Amino acid sequence: MHPAFSVIFLTTLIGVGQGLFLALFTVESYAAFDLLPKQDGRFYAFGSALALGFLVAGLIASFFHLGHPERAWRSAAKWRTSWLSREVIVLPAFMGMVFLYGAAHFTGYNPTLATLPSAVPVRLTLLLGVAGTVLAFALFVCTGMIYACLRFLQEWHTPLTVINYTLLGGASGFLLATALAALAAPEVTRFYAGWTMILALLALVGRTASLLRNARLKPKSTLRTAIGVKHPRIVQKAQGAMGGSFNTREFFHGRSAALLRQVKWIFLLLVFPLPVGLLASGVGMDSPIVMLIAFAVQYLGLLAERWFFFAQANHPQNLYYQAVS
Amino acid sequence: MTQLALVIDLNVCVGCHACVTSCKEWNTSGQAGPMSDFDPYGADPTGTFFNRVQTFEVGEFPNTETVHFPKSCLHCEEPPCVPVCPTGASYKRAEDGIVLVDYDKCIGCKYCSWACPYGAREIDEKQKVMKKCTLCVDRIYDTTLAERDRKPACVLACPTSARLFGDVHDPESEVSVAIRESGGYPLMPEWGTQPANHYLPRRKTKLRIHEDELVRADNPLKVDGKLPKPAKAEPSLDDVTSW
Amino acid sequence: MSVPTPSVQEVKKTTCYMCACRCGIRVHLVDGQVRYIDGNPDHPLNQGVICAKGSSGIMKQYSPARLTRPLLRKQGSERGAGEFEAISWEQAFSILSERLAKIRATDPKKFALFTGRDQMQALTGLFARQFGTPNYAAHGGFCSVNMAAGMIYTIGGSFWEFGGPDLDRAKLFVMIGTAEDHHSNPLKIAISKFKRNGGRFVSINPVRTGYSAIADEWVPIRPGTDGALLLAIIHEIIAQGLYDRDFLVRYTNAGQLVNLDEKSDEFGMFLRTEVPEEEGCFDPQNKLWWDRASNKAVITHTEGCDPFLLGEFTLSDGTPVKPSFQLLADRVKDYTSEWAEGLTGIPAATIKRLAYEMGVTARDQKIELPIAWTDSWGKEHDTVTGNPVAFHAMRGLAAHSNGFHTIRALAILMSLLGTIDRPGGFRHKAPFPRPIPPCAKTPNTPLAVQPNHPLDGMALGWPAEPDDLFVDEDGKPVRIDKAFSWEYPLSVHGLMHNVITNAWRGDPYRIDTLLIFMANMAWNSTMNTAEVRKMLNDKVSDKDEQGEYKIPFIVVCDAFQSEMTAFADLVLPDTTYLERHDVMSMLDRPISEFDGPVDSVRIPVLPPTGECKPFQEVLIELGTRLKLPVFVKKDGTRKYRDYPDFVTNYETEPGSGIGFLAGWRGKGGEKFMRGEPNPRQWEMYAANNCVYHHELPRSYQYMRNWNQGYLEWSQRSRITRYAEPILIHLYSEVLQKFRLAAQGKGITRKPPEHLKQRIETYFDPLPFYFDPLEVQATDTHKYPLAAVTQRPMAMYHSWDSQNAWLRQIHAHNYLFINARTARLAGIADDDWIWVESQWGKVRCMARHSEAVEPGTVWTWNAIGKAAGAWNLTPDANESKLGFLLNHVISEELPEGAGRISNSDPVTGQAAWYDVRVRISKVSPGETAQTSLPQFAPLNPIPGRKSARAFGRT
Ligand SMILES: Nc1nc2c(c(=O)[nH]1)N[C@H]1C(S)=C(S)[C@@H](COP(=O)(O)OP(=O)(O)OC[C@H]3O[C@@H](n4cnc5c(=O)[nH]c(N)nc54)[C@H](O)[C@@H]3O)O[C@H]1N2
Ligand SMILES: Nc1nc2c(c(=O)[nH]1)N[C@H]1C(S)=C(S)[C@@H](COP(=O)(O)OP(=O)(O)OC[C@H]3O[C@@H](n4cnc5c(=O)[nH]c(N)nc54)[C@H](O)[C@@H]3O)O[C@H]1N2
Ligand code: SF4
Ligand code: SF4
Ligand code: SF4
Ligand code: SF4
Ligand code: SF4
Ligand SMILES: [Mo]
Repeated sequence: MHPAFSVIFLTTLIGVGQGLFLALFTVESYAAFDLLPKQDGRFYAFGSALALGFLVAGLIASFFHLGHPERAWRSAAKWRTSWLSREVIVLPAFMGMVFLYGAAHFTGYNPTLATLPSAVPVRLTLLLGVAGTVLAFALFVCTGMIYACLRFLQEWHTPLTVINYTLLGGASGFLLATALAALAAPEVTRFYAGWTMILALLALVGRTASLLRNARLKPKSTLRTAIGVKHPRIVQKAQGAMGGSFNTREFFHGRSAALLRQVKWIFLLLVFPLPVGLLASGVGMDSPIVMLIAFAVQYLGLLAERWFFFAQANHPQNLYYQAVS
Repeated sequence: MTQLALVIDLNVCVGCHACVTSCKEWNTSGQAGPMSDFDPYGADPTGTFFNRVQTFEVGEFPNTETVHFPKSCLHCEEPPCVPVCPTGASYKRAEDGIVLVDYDKCIGCKYCSWACPYGAREIDEKQKVMKKCTLCVDRIYDTTLAERDRKPACVLACPTSARLFGDVHDPESEVSVAIRESGGYPLMPEWGTQPANHYLPRRKTKLRIHEDELVRADNPLKVDGKLPKPAKAEPSLDDVTSW
Repeated sequence: MSVPTPSVQEVKKTTCYMCACRCGIRVHLVDGQVRYIDGNPDHPLNQGVICAKGSSGIMKQYSPARLTRPLLRKQGSERGAGEFEAISWEQAFSILSERLAKIRATDPKKFALFTGRDQMQALTGLFARQFGTPNYAAHGGFCSVNMAAGMIYTIGGSFWEFGGPDLDRAKLFVMIGTAEDHHSNPLKIAISKFKRNGGRFVSINPVRTGYSAIADEWVPIRPGTDGALLLAIIHEIIAQGLYDRDFLVRYTNAGQLVNLDEKSDEFGMFLRTEVPEEEGCFDPQNKLWWDRASNKAVITHTEGCDPFLLGEFTLSDGTPVKPSFQLLADRVKDYTSEWAEGLTGIPAATIKRLAYEMGVTARDQKIELPIAWTDSWGKEHDTVTGNPVAFHAMRGLAAHSNGFHTIRALAILMSLLGTIDRPGGFRHKAPFPRPIPPCAKTPNTPLAVQPNHPLDGMALGWPAEPDDLFVDEDGKPVRIDKAFSWEYPLSVHGLMHNVITNAWRGDPYRIDTLLIFMANMAWNSTMNTAEVRKMLNDKVSDKDEQGEYKIPFIVVCDAFQSEMTAFADLVLPDTTYLERHDVMSMLDRPISEFDGPVDSVRIPVLPPTGECKPFQEVLIELGTRLKLPVFVKKDGTRKYRDYPDFVTNYETEPGSGIGFLAGWRGKGGEKFMRGEPNPRQWEMYAANNCVYHHELPRSYQYMRNWNQGYLEWSQRSRITRYAEPILIHLYSEVLQKFRLAAQGKGITRKPPEHLKQRIETYFDPLPFYFDPLEVQATDTHKYPLAAVTQRPMAMYHSWDSQNAWLRQIHAHNYLFINARTARLAGIADDDWIWVESQWGKVRCMARHSEAVEPGTVWTWNAIGKAAGAWNLTPDANESKLGFLLNHVISEELPEGAGRISNSDPVTGQAAWYDVRVRISKVSPGETAQTSLPQFAPLNPIPGRKSARAFGRT
């Protein structure tokens, strides 16, 4: 597929936003159970604002993907069948929830709505957080499923797609949260750092699994099934248009296999060992800057990862668009 | 229920591209148009087409088949492009199975094109909406046209009648008979999309010549006295025995 | 506020001219703008279908490459640079008529008019003849004259517009060397029906694309060797006795006795009894057979006699004779399948099988139609018999210098199988069949060219003997292209491809004004293109920058900014086919069907764009201004208001009743073929799909060479002058007459010394195989590969690159090479390569293919363009990536001390497909990004629209 930057940014940015929110709410819930020290509302408020910032940026990026952004509202119509439609619903819902969550923390309006048997108060932010969490995961599922549901994009058509979107988004969000904590809530920095590493490790496992899986994929469609002629040797000579077409622009990355391989190693490096290493040293040095650098490095890596995610997907339609003459 | 479709006979398609430009011409001027072109007189001219004819070589010299392969939207019975469309712009008509795009609803997200394994959809880079073969829905029901003309533009254009049009759900229709009797097949059956369009394979006519057909009684060489005769000087039994 | 006017929708019918096929079309207009063009279902030719080009007519009509104003080369600017100023038509006419009047009053042959892919030779030919110049021809000489001549000199008809395969009834169809013929849509309709009906389709072609793709069997052949294949098939057919003896006896000259007395002046001629009373342009029935029953010579077709086809006999006066069939059998004796295998690359077993398939199908699947008819000898037949083997062949045979004999071999094979003008075989189309050769003749002396006088004879004709050649007393050509000279005696369509070179060299003489209509002679219809472009702007003296050009004045009438218009001194902007009246006339190439004559017209559906003017109107106007007799009244005043008026009222001779159109003649449109002018003729065509179709009675539809009823009808309709039978010439006396002259025999003119050998060799009365002349002159170890071109179905020659849709299908071209051949040469798919002949080289991209014979490379014809031509941007794919193969083809071959056209020695047919090349990958240092040669981009010309602005709408 042709990696469109709008989509690369959309998926990576909202991934950070989702991960960051999840990180915030994790601490809040731990804190609710007194497993971690309680944090000031402003930490959550600021964190939520930051998450919202990423989400909005992602949303803006997504508009660049549309031919008719002014009609974007229409895209909520087919939520029964379309994961894209569902994403379009869940994303703003999630953004709304993040906003409310942040606003509640910011304004300090956080009434206790109930009390759990263990005398843990259920406050408004906790409820909002739970809702947000559900939406965050829903959003991961929607985003992942947009790709995973396309059966014939075999590289994508696997639960790993959803899992990796979730883990990568989570890892990047938690990494950002670590840096944020180092600045505003030092007590939870190591907690975040720990989770970041766990998530990064899981993401590495997930992503490697998908790489291994994809390397072994046998395309279900071949020229034999594409044109219905049973012969081992079929070669296209002409695709019917010599100056290119939508089909040659949208479904081909147009780069060499070598570049693809390079990008793969680059993202594997940038997303996993490098930021984890930086993070570790950042924690060791107690340097938020180094952690921010770790985040930046990882985000860069995620862009590469997402580029690769698209580029590697081999659309069966490409069988029909291989040669001109 | 009706399912309109094209059946394309690869046995007679000569790859002339008549279906390509007649489609472009009808549709660019009609409801589905315009079908924009970019750099039409410059480097790498490109534009929107609903139908393309491709060429494949099968086998190795001298046992080569050259296959001309026209391809437009196959109007799948289980069209993966439809459910993914977030706006409902892509839809399949219940009454005749035609898969269409409502340009007024389309947001140009291209998602449906990703969901089509056949590469049958093309975004119009100017109008920024997704386009594809409409099965000439604006012709086939137009009662202001003569009965004969109520067929897709490409079907009427095709000089070899390689393009048949009709209801594949009606077992007695021309298209169903052709599919049944000439080995019609769908493309990429592995995805379960159940394309309504079918393709008919190459069929070969061979001739068998029996040896006796080469020496018949009415061979004119008899008349002209020239049936092949051995030379008198060639050895014969006369040379070796006297009985 | 203005009320929006409702859009006005109209449908107008006319005739397509996106190619020479001439299908009926319906043009759908909205508010006067073309919106949609589809096939006219009521048209006999295309029956409603249309092709890729036809459907793209809109983009031709609105193309930004159109010329819209008359243009004059800017004073002081170089020819070829394309710097023009727009002028008015009045200026254009006065420049032209002044110049032409002067030429006509002094030496009319200094005006040359050559026309390309047009279909109005009736008018252009008339104009040239009236002007008095012999220097006129259409494009047939570089196109397919071999096909016309080879067939017409053998069976009195040809493929092309003149006849074709009856696929409706054929069982076996053999297509040879055809990619995309003139009969574009009808042939496709017919082939698909044929296949659906279970017919067997064999294609003989070095390349498998297009039609060949759907053949049941593809027989890859080495280019230029079809003669060997066909002769070997004839060998097998005769050896197995698979010929149709009855047909040969009655309808061909197979049984006619040939004089074999080597000492006789009549050696190799048929024996004749007495001189017939009426002499004329026909084959008198006074030859002899050797009767089997009485065992003596009798006059052919004597009731109750049956001739020997084989054997040798001695006449009572001692003359040794053989039936011509025996000579044919002798000729092919050594042309075995095994011999042919070595030349053609086709296994001997395949050749034999093909021969058997043809012979057995023809013999055993006979068709008997219950159609009674009477033959020329008065014999009544209850049925018409068909031997259902049909052939079609085109430039794969024609465009070789051995093509004439190859095509003769094909026509003879078709005759041996008994398939001429019979159901399921080959069928004629009116005005064919014609006598062998047809009657039209050129003058045979330079005296026919006189100042201020029409040419005394036709500019083109059909020589029957050396005395018919258009040469002077020394045997030198009268025509600028040397047609009808000893160099190419039967060049019945002229040699347009040598006009520029000859005029530049002043050989045989210099001309003053060259008018080119509808031909791109600075590009694809010329060989050796880069050099010819230099000739076009070469000056008499190199030193004098401002001096006169070797070809002093060039006028080009075109509709688009082609490569050729750049070399014009005066450009005349033509209309498109949607903007003009045209006729597809019986006097030229009508669109007749097997069942009878059909002619058709074009009626404008749009007004002319800008100042475009139909060339027809230009000719009428010029003819009037020059006071050419046909175009003015006795008092010298204008006779015809305009072209439609001319078409309505012109008669070939006063009162002849024959005009350009055959339909709805007579005062009220009640007559056809002949009749007084009908003032409402155009309306009647308009009301009838622009077509006049006369269906012959069934009994006149077959066996027309010998069909008394048909021949008399044809005579009455003045299609022919004579109603004599047209016997098939297995053995060609016409050729023998030239050979005799070369041998110094007989009383006719003799060839000049240096051409004697050539004439003697190539004017063989029976077909024979020889390597194409260029191959004979090539070191084939150095240049081992044959390079040919093919027509793409979605492009017409060079002229569709201005078409926004068609050029998306063919934006540039590759050289297709058999994958193994390419790998052996170290060439990968997509590599940039050099293609080199002994004459020149081009750089292009390679494409591997399994669908091409290993000794052949090929490309799509005329896709590559000169930068800036056709109003494409200078970086357009056509010029940057595309290439023109013509650069490696030479228009001349060395001949003795001099040079001679690279053409068939009999007909002057341009030998496009004889060139031999070698291929190599570009050297490692070469970072090829473009094809070579490249030419300086053409300047934009006045009056053209901007490309970008147009396309983005
Ligand atoms: N290498 C190679 N060369 C070949 C051939 C080949 O097979 N291989 N084929 C040869 C043959 S058979 C042929 S016939 C020639 C064809 O070669 P040309 O006769 O040169 O044909 P075109 O390139 O189509 O050019 C015809 C010109 O007519 C112009 N034209 C188009 N429509 C109109 C119109 O309505 N009015 C006027 N006035 N002009 C118009 C076009 O703009 C163009 O300049 O090419 C020959 N050249
Ligand atoms: N679409 C389209 N139609 C056209 C034209 C066009 O430009 N475009 N041009 C028109 C004109 S002017 C003409 S003359 C006709 C020509 O009609 P065709 O003769 O069909 O045209 P070519 O492309 O010259 O095809 C020649 C074929 O012969 C094959 N060939 C070459 N050498 C040999 C050989 O030695 N032996 C055999 N057996 N085959 C050989 C080539 O591979 C090719 O397939 O087409 C007319 N129709
Ligand atoms: S119009 Fe018919 S023959 Fe031509 S490419 Fe299309 S399907 Fe094939
Ligand atoms: S061919 Fe593609 S666009 Fe057409 S219905 Fe099937 S999936 Fe949808
Ligand atoms: S591009 Fe248009 S039709 Fe396709 S999925 Fe998006 S909204 Fe639907
Ligand atoms: S049915 Fe109509 S829209 Fe579809 S390919 Fe044919 S002409 Fe084009
Ligand atoms: S075959 Fe020629 S005349 Fe017929 S529609 Fe096509 S371009 Fe026009
Ligand atoms: Mo031609």
